[in-house]
Amino acid sequence: MKRATTDPLLARYLCIGAMLAFMLFFLVFPVAVILIEAFRKGIEFYLSALSAHHSVTAIRMTLVVALAVVPLNTVFGICAAWSIVHFEFRGKALLISLIEIPLWVSPVVGGLVFALVFGKQGWLGTWLESHQIQILFAYPGIVLATAFVTFPFVARGLIPLMLAQGSAEEEAALTLGANGWQLFWRVTFPKIKWGVLYGMILCNARAMGEFGAVSVVAGSVDDKMTMPLQIEQYYLALGPEGLASAFALASLLLVLSAATLAIKLGLEWRHLAPPAFRPH
Amino acid sequence: MNAVSPLVKKRYILIPVETVHGQHPEPARAERSRRRRRILPGFRLTLGFTIFYLSAIVLLPLGALLLKTVTPTEEYPGVLQVLGHVIDIAFDTRSVDSYRLSFGLSFAAAMLNGVFGLIAAWALIRYSFPGKKIIDAMVDIPFAMPTSVAGLALTQVFSTKGGYIGQSLHEWFGWRIAYTPWGILIALTFIGFPFVVRTLQPVIAELAVEVEESAACLGANRWQTYWRVIFPAIHPALLTGVMLAFGRGVGEYGSIVFISSMIPYRTEITPQLIIIKLDESDYVGAAGLGLVMLLMSFAIVTTVNAIQYFAAHRRGHRR
Repeated sequence: MKRATTDPLLARYLCIGAMLAFMLFFLVFPVAVILIEAFRKGIEFYLSALSAHHSVTAIRMTLVVALAVVPLNTVFGICAAWSIVHFEFRGKALLISLIEIPLWVSPVVGGLVFALVFGKQGWLGTWLESHQIQILFAYPGIVLATAFVTFPFVARGLIPLMLAQGSAEEEAALTLGANGWQLFWRVTFPKIKWGVLYGMILCNARAMGEFGAVSVVAGSVDDKMTMPLQIEQYYLALGPEGLASAFALASLLLVLSAATLAIKLGLEWRHLAPPAFRPH
Repeated sequence: MNAVSPLVKKRYILIPVETVHGQHPEPARAERSRRRRRILPGFRLTLGFTIFYLSAIVLLPLGALLLKTVTPTEEYPGVLQVLGHVIDIAFDTRSVDSYRLSFGLSFAAAMLNGVFGLIAAWALIRYSFPGKKIIDAMVDIPFAMPTSVAGLALTQVFSTKGGYIGQSLHEWFGWRIAYTPWGILIALTFIGFPFVVRTLQPVIAELAVEVEESAACLGANRWQTYWRVIFPAIHPALLTGVMLAFGRGVGEYGSIVFISSMIPYRTEITPQLIIIKLDESDYVGAAGLGLVMLLMSFAIVTTVNAIQYFAAHRRGHRR
């Protein structure tokens, strides 16, 4: 039986066809190109490109930066969600909008603000120089810029999740004599752990892949490159070898994003209902 | 409306409490009753850390940028001279050309995403076809993929020398895509696509089928139903998604570095200009351009919020 809400067959095919063509062109094709180009010079070149000094330093830098940023933003996300969901206070709506600022601001501006604070002509520039503390063009600067860009990821996912769960169970635990830590670890954490993991995965993907903010604060210091910056360096080095190295490193980040997508989907299908829980 | 929704009920209880706070002559008592609502532990700890971290990572650095645009330096020893330089930079031909490029192309990309995002969201919610779940998952690729990786790949596709598509396009039609504004447009379209789809999907899923059925009963054909019934219901979400994609495109840098040649006045985007100013040690100029971008993002956020506000009110009114 043809229902009133069924679209004509032609419209359906056109819609699906247009969508598939668009996604093939914009999404599938670039992904395929990275894999093809990475292995174009053979698996041996691929492995040697990845084990080259610059690649290894960049991979280590990316991992170390993510290792600092993700826990920081996760603790922040849990604290922010706890205070926003469980308590009433003045300026709550303002706080929620302030948390979202980094989503709106260009990543380059996110790097720029730290350059203006810690750079040579920045607010703390002379003081840092006289005390020989290096923040810009070094690890701390990269961590700060990455933390800025990935700032809201955990909090934004957790707030709606915890709002939906309410405070009743925590209050019940309190009447049964639980203290603060017991309350959090035994009652709240088991309820939000998948949401926390979800936020951490997204935060990690962005932290490892961030380019704009980091390129401002990392400058062009050779051994202070993260993977995305090193990809650009290889690309600018020109020549077929540089290009192949760039694609080899890019293929690692591609694996990271594939893993991110897989875990994200697994969490959405199994533990979190997507419509109520979309951080983007 | 006979059944009061829990949301409304809650508001009904909350509003009188707030009024009591406002009217009560003794602040001590109001304070006590507010504290009584804080039953769970950890208020000071969590809110304290939240505000501290927010200030350290976001608010103070942004404040430093704002302050930089009015603070005298050795080069500009007066507030007016600093402001003058900021305004000079903000309205410089090179800057204005970069705004035109950034905003124009982001707008075009957002429109393209609006069309294809609407089609994709509709197909993914309403139709069933093999591989639907995988395709739905693939929409998130631009969210998960680092922008520099995307930029590198797109450059390799569209480059005129040995590009997968670019070389043929150049040989057959003489078109150049990489290193021209077209390349930037493609990169921005890639970046913005999921914003439109993911904003539209829940709204399309929530459309009541009965409304379409009654439209059909009242004699509307399918096109009339689309334009008069479905489109009005989803257009706030569509606008929001397009604005989100637009906002993301304006600030985008990572993918464009690769696919644009960054020629001043022609293919130079605003974020790139900020980095150039920093390299030239013109911190005031960089701060000025940063301020322009901040104001633009603020305008975009305000527009999105206004769209959502009016959409919510219109819905409320209809009920």
